Amino acid sequence: MMKPRIILDSKHFEITVTRLCYQLIEVHNDFSNTVIIGLQPRGIYLAKRIQAKLQEILKKKDIKCGSLDITFYRDDFRKKGLVPNRTEIDFIIEEKNVVMVDDVLFTGRTIRAGLDAMLAFGRPNDVELLVLIDRRLSRHLPIQAKYVGKTIDSIISEKVVVEWKETDKGDKVTLISN
Amino acid sequence: MTALSTKHLLGIKDLTPDDIHLILDTAESFKEVINRPIKKVPSLRDITIANLFFENSTRTKLSFELAEKRLSADVINFAASSSSVKKGETLIDTVNNILAMKVDMVVMRHPNPGAAVFLSKHIDAKIVNAGDGAHEHPTQALLDAFSIREKLGSVKGKKIAIIGDILHSRVALSNIFCLQKLGAEVMVCGPTTLMPKYIASLGVRVEHNLRKALEWCDVANMLRIQLERQDIKYFPSLREYTMLFGLNKEILDSLSKEIVIMHPGPINRGVEITSDVADSEQSIILEQVENGVAVRMAVLFLLAGRG
Repeated sequence: MMKPRIILDSKHFEITVTRLCYQLIEVHNDFSNTVIIGLQPRGIYLAKRIQAKLQEILKKKDIKCGSLDITFYRDDFRKKGLVPNRTEIDFIIEEKNVVMVDDVLFTGRTIRAGLDAMLAFGRPNDVELLVLIDRRLSRHLPIQAKYVGKTIDSIISEKVVVEWKETDKGDKVTLISN
Repeated sequence: MTALSTKHLLGIKDLTPDDIHLILDTAESFKEVINRPIKKVPSLRDITIANLFFENSTRTKLSFELAEKRLSADVINFAASSSSVKKGETLIDTVNNILAMKVDMVVMRHPNPGAAVFLSKHIDAKIVNAGDGAHEHPTQALLDAFSIREKLGSVKGKKIAIIGDILHSRVALSNIFCLQKLGAEVMVCGPTTLMPKYIASLGVRVEHNLRKALEWCDVANMLRIQLERQDIKYFPSLREYTMLFGLNKEILDSLSKEIVIMHPGPINRGVEITSDVADSEQSIILEQVENGVAVRMAVLFLLAGRG
């Protein structure tokens, strides 16, 4: 087994999140008609981080951020045992611009399920995708992210591990090959 | 834990405490789903479910059907009263004919105890027991536990009194198993004639005085007098039963603490419970019905997930 390779350390992690926030502000201005939706279970950490950073930069407290669980929309729940998480969207997404947030974009299947799940809450005006890591060579579906923290070329057998200071020892992204 | 330890839901007796917790946690997610503007998820869109009701039912049948439709399953309904069962077809033949139409799961209510277990040994599909005679009614017990957990925060350590016709009640037996597995203390209360002979061997307290039972418990689950199952007279008159075991506002208000009132339905208003109690703030009878859909969605979803 090869040594795990660090893709983002905590310093670059912080820089990347800040850059993503400024890219969002470029398009969405003061976020008055835009909401953030993080995908459970791991996308919500990035979504919350981005929400906090945006509020800091824009000096406002009311940027809306929800979490969406997609277990019931997955096409593989019968292959893996999956436990549902909480969905908390306490705002209206009808006619809003939605930024969907996840940690790693891999096959695209999670995002496909996320789009389906989100439509149960209304018809948004516009949906964009933001991810921290884009594994661009392993897509199964025609799905691309508009905002990407870092693009990596990896093969299927490799594994990308994103750690968060909220739940792990610190912010870090590593690539593990078997 | 991410999967149930069992392939069918035949009774609470076969479930582990982990299974029950998994079902209740999953049901919580489904309760959020059924309160959305669009109450439907596509999880079971490739599954066909047959609801076989060999005995009358309103709540359970509607609740299962709604749960199946909210999960996007295809549903076929079968009621014994309008079928070839009347022409003498056996249970296995009836079910195998339905399965020949490519059905994946069977939800069955049957007047004979053990009918679901019997079926699970002879056919391929997954079976959900929706009540078999006076034996078990697992989804009712799960939704009762879910409702208690929702109202009181947890089931563990709580005192629950099951009051009424214990002898003919499948709800009582499933509730006893379920609540005990979740760490609650259970008491049964009713006339001696409506108490099964060896009930104490299940590790429950037995009480024949309604007031004492109510003073002891945190939750009172009032059961219906099942006149349709009573082949002989078990008590002199309904009026006398009501006087001794009927719950009314006067008794409820005279207790030293506020307790939660449950009833699995259908209610005989004015017999085991008066209208003002059934419709009071302390009653969670309608929450039980709402939770029933979420719990049944969880059961079907988890069983379908077991390959």
